[in-house]
Amino acid sequence: MYDVEEIRRDFPILNRKIGDRRLVYLDNAATSQKPRRVMQALTDHYEQHNANIHRGAHRLAEEATAAYEEARQRVARFLGAPHTTGLIFTRGTTESINLVAHAWGRRFLREGDEVVLTEAEHHSNLVPWQLAAKATGARLRFIPILEDGTLDMEEAERLIGARTRLVGCIQASNVLATINPVERLAELAHDAGALMLVDGAQSAPHVPVDVEAHGCDFYACSGHKMLGPTGVGVLWGKPEILEDMDPFLGGGEMIREVHLDHSTWNDLPYKFEAGTMNIAQAIGLGAAVDYLDGLGMQNVRDHERHLGEYAYRRLSEIEGITLYGPKRDRTGLVSFSLPDVHPHDLSQLLDDEGVAIRSGHHCAQPLMRRLGVVATARASFYVYNTEEEVDVLVEALVRAREFFGAFSGAKP
Amino acid sequence: MMRELYTQVIMDHYQRPRNRGELEDADLEEHLLNPLCGDELTVYAKLRDGKVADVKFDGRGCSISQASASMMTERLMGKSREEAEAEISHFKAMMVGEERFPEMDDLAALKGVIQYPSRIKCATLAWTAFQQGLESKR
Repeated sequence: MYDVEEIRRDFPILNRKIGDRRLVYLDNAATSQKPRRVMQALTDHYEQHNANIHRGAHRLAEEATAAYEEARQRVARFLGAPHTTGLIFTRGTTESINLVAHAWGRRFLREGDEVVLTEAEHHSNLVPWQLAAKATGARLRFIPILEDGTLDMEEAERLIGARTRLVGCIQASNVLATINPVERLAELAHDAGALMLVDGAQSAPHVPVDVEAHGCDFYACSGHKMLGPTGVGVLWGKPEILEDMDPFLGGGEMIREVHLDHSTWNDLPYKFEAGTMNIAQAIGLGAAVDYLDGLGMQNVRDHERHLGEYAYRRLSEIEGITLYGPKRDRTGLVSFSLPDVHPHDLSQLLDDEGVAIRSGHHCAQPLMRRLGVVATARASFYVYNTEEEVDVLVEALVRAREFFGAFSGAKP
Repeated sequence: MMRELYTQVIMDHYQRPRNRGELEDADLEEHLLNPLCGDELTVYAKLRDGKVADVKFDGRGCSISQASASMMTERLMGKSREEAEAEISHFKAMMVGEERFPEMDDLAALKGVIQYPSRIKCATLAWTAFQQGLESKR
């Protein structure tokens, strides 16, 4: 039984007041709030076990190493990874994709090769590939989106071919609320002899993930969007591919033997974990996925699908509103715009009522251009949001419109 | 609280912008994007005998950026280049709290923006565009 009121009690920040209003936090696609258990894991680490990991034979070092490696196991299990060998801790999705674009892309891409992405990518799965393409002479191609925001799969079949070396795609859109058919894209990629990279920043927190079943060669996600601390994220990669890649960052821990003129690399995943990692944060992420496992990711998905559909329905009642993305099979977020109130003004007016939403281009400028807007407003939901909060949002929107309408003297 | 930010003057300039649109044969044309929110704005000006003979702005953005652009066009129209540069520096200094707002002036309506650091860039967008345009005309 999914009891949202019970879940809310695990998140102290939800008691926060903004002015005299209760906080209604609807900016979860930017970052999620943290349950007490995650904060406790950080505190426990620093109060009881703090030491550097994988070096030192004292008690604290052993304990910190064990906790860090246990977090790796939990996260691997959470993502459906068969083992921890390919599970690399990073700073977040952005760093994970940069790692691949650098350590795989610059090593293996050649002039004339193609990397196929989509029009709806977050900048984090676009800019690293622009850099890699510039360095190697490879070319980027883009699967277009259809009017409803879903991918044009016919065009995808045409684009993915003999020249393709890698297909990269967001599993879920941070603007359109679409869930992309990454399994099918992986099939197309593999048939063409290419690799499949899935950007899971907006999916790992919200839907059951199984990197093997999805057919991923690489999967990237961020801890802070899935109840974990900032500063930690994940790259999962197939070990045989990671083995062939160059290291990303050089330094401590990622080496086996260092001479003055050359070095050899540590085993996976340590080859890609240079320097002292964000140890406490990784342990915190372990606690976060534990919490999500406790809720059950299918339950989380069902809860958010319901909220997303409810919000879509309630918002569509507002006259003149534009809602982006498909009507069905949405994740728990809704991007929208009103003809008479700019998203930036809207989020400011909503803030006055304690409602936190996002406005802007959502780090997806090419997609904004494709949609013909410079910015949208976005409400994004998570495990602790309720229908009542959606109602508060809708009422606040109506009032914001009235406020702006009052100045023009016209009926909003 | 919102009444302090969204004053009558700002909303008037937003909903009835002055000098909005493209300017043909402009001597100065500067396009600027606010990377935080995606707002984009272009300012145009004609410079004659060292003076701002005409100035317009175009673009899409929030009430603060649009109203501020509208106010700027009124403010800089007819000013000499040096005066315009001084006005812009003065305005930007006001927006970061380094100089006082004039009491009896449309610009004073933007005072409330200072309390919202994320919006200051909106208010200064047009002014920065004009400043950059002038600099490139040196």
